[in-house]
Amino acid sequence: MISFIIRRMGQLVLLLLGISFIVFMSMHIAPGDPATIIGGPTAKESDLEAIREDLGLNKPVFVQYVDYLKGILQGDFGYSYQNSQPVGEAIATRLPNTIKLAVSSMIVAIIIGLIAGMISAMKQNSWLDVTSTTFALVGVSIPNFWLGAMLILVFAVNLQWLPVSGLSEPFYTMDGMKQLVLPSITLGTASAAIIARMSRSSMLEVVKSDYIRTAKAKGVKHKTVIWVHALRNALIPVITVVGINFGALLGGTIITEQVFAINGIGRLMIDAIAARDFPMVQATVLLVASIFVIINLIVDIIYVKVDPRISYE
Amino acid sequence: MGNLLEVNDLTIKFRTAKATSTAVRNVSFSLEAGETLCIVGESGSGKSITSLSLMGLLPENGEVSNGSIRLNGEELVGKTEEELRKIRGNEISMIFQEPMTALNPVFTVGYQIQEPLRIHKRMSKQEATVKSVELLKQVGIPNPKEKIHQYPHELSGGMRQRVMIAMALACEPSLLIADEPTTALDVTIQAQILDIMDDLKEEFGMGVVFVTHDMGVVAEIADRVMVMYAGDVIEVNDVQTLFEDPKHPYTKGLLGAVPNVDDETQEMKVIPGSMPSMEDDIPGCRFHPRCPMAMDICKEKKPALIDVGKENAAVRCWLQEVDTNADTTIAASGGFENVLSD
Ligand SMILES: Nc1ncnc2c1ncn2[C@@H]1O[C@H](COP(=O)(O)OP(=O)(O)O)[C@@H](O)[C@H]1O
Ligand SMILES: [Mg+2]
Repeated sequence: MISFIIRRMGQLVLLLLGISFIVFMSMHIAPGDPATIIGGPTAKESDLEAIREDLGLNKPVFVQYVDYLKGILQGDFGYSYQNSQPVGEAIATRLPNTIKLAVSSMIVAIIIGLIAGMISAMKQNSWLDVTSTTFALVGVSIPNFWLGAMLILVFAVNLQWLPVSGLSEPFYTMDGMKQLVLPSITLGTASAAIIARMSRSSMLEVVKSDYIRTAKAKGVKHKTVIWVHALRNALIPVITVVGINFGALLGGTIITEQVFAINGIGRLMIDAIAARDFPMVQATVLLVASIFVIINLIVDIIYVKVDPRISYE
Repeated sequence: MGNLLEVNDLTIKFRTAKATSTAVRNVSFSLEAGETLCIVGESGSGKSITSLSLMGLLPENGEVSNGSIRLNGEELVGKTEEELRKIRGNEISMIFQEPMTALNPVFTVGYQIQEPLRIHKRMSKQEATVKSVELLKQVGIPNPKEKIHQYPHELSGGMRQRVMIAMALACEPSLLIADEPTTALDVTIQAQILDIMDDLKEEFGMGVVFVTHDMGVVAEIADRVMVMYAGDVIEVNDVQTLFEDPKHPYTKGLLGAVPNVDDETQEMKVIPGSMPSMEDDIPGCRFHPRCPMAMDICKEKKPALIDVGKENAAVRCWLQEVDTNADTTIAASGGFENVLSD
């Protein structure tokens, strides 16, 4: 297990190296000169040259890339072209918001998805099942930005129950939780719908299996049959879906952060791309990739805990 | 002192998309403690459904529509789910065909054997652990102390079936039902499992209902045999008489048939034709379309199950009725069938 984690971490380093190279190169190939953006429309050619000199932009690209990697190894991600803020610092201030948003959305998705899926499976073809499968169908088809806008309109503007935007308060305060409600639902609904569908079909499959009949034949109580014998098996494919969805959900933070004006990594990345802020773009992309890989590693570890048939020896 | 198990006039129906059909008709049999009754017949004849009904574990769309099942004189038909649950795995246990899928893949062997002990005998974890090691030893599993920590996928098919047996016997049931427990295993393992079951039957003094389609297995373990065809009992006798002097043409066909070892799904196919499905409405004897001896009456009237000489021996065939006292039995059974065939 330990060696598996070490191996995966090694793979992560290689992956990040590859991603950093691709991002670095594509930023340089893409049109748009950072020096003109930093210098502004009035800058003279000599000023621009000075800026390029200062940032090392006139060195060969490969040299720039190697310099960049050297910096990263020392924990130095460079400075933002837009406001000279250290990139590490900018990320450190934004990251908590994105993590708050992603984690709370995933929790919402898992709780709602599992409950809806289980109820559906237990009461197959009842009105509860029909309601929940309809919700699941609609849930995956609604675009994030539209759902967000509608939720704001109804619950923030009209009913005024919840704030319109922001995520500035600590999550453990009442105001912080109120701020989280609408963004989490916006971002979590699609995942909830997918988890609901998956857990319903997985549970229906499992309750038909031979070992469930064996459990009944032993005299195991109905509740134990469902919540112990069946659930643990039904969760195995659901965990895969949760893992895959976390990636999609991370991507979704970009839109959700825009809709709710949340100062997170997603907005930071979008703004940086628009401004040709190379160091910022590279660092945010690397960060999101790392989070994605680490989530997948965690999912794989949970797998081993749930399904004894899987081992990584 | 009555029998251990007394099944009377058991009829099982299924609701399907099209209609309600009868899968098992007016089945009656009894079993004494220490006795092994084999239920034999081709695939689809109603063997599994009959055995599941004894556990109260029919599929959701099935129900016992008539008849009674008495265990030690106690009626099981009509008991609540909770009452049945206390009997399952305790007084009646069941072993299934597929050792590969019948154990829960996410729990250890030990946990799964200890479960009935903890539920029915209210043993502590330690007591149940000690007992489960002992049970594994009894079914011939080497290193039982280590095996209880393993998961089903770490064991071979034969070992898993031993675990199933250990699990079924945990609470020392008075009745063990085994639905083709050796069909999925290869021949040497099959022989070992049959030996173990036979030994443990003696040791625990259980009655055993053993479902199989393999006459070789029947010869090895049965005391008595009940032959089923398309939901009907068509012949019952002690094993020796049945092998030496089968009465029903279907039984004769089964005894002539050798199961195909290469293809498990292809059960006994020596009798030409195939079994009707439960939806097929066949007038007269349900076997007559395939019967080499069919007479006119076989197509019109269903024969009754009539005694042949001694107690617990009977056959459902017009040939038998013609052999014995034709007039009275035909009249009587005709009336009998009319009452039942609603
Ligand atoms: N859940 C079910 N719904 C409808 N029909 C069923 C169901 N289970 C079994 N049957 C029918 O009952 C009959 C007997 O099946 P079964 O007892 O499994 O046969 P056997 O064990 O002798 O091979 C078959 O005709 C089968 O189609
Ligand atoms: Mg069967």
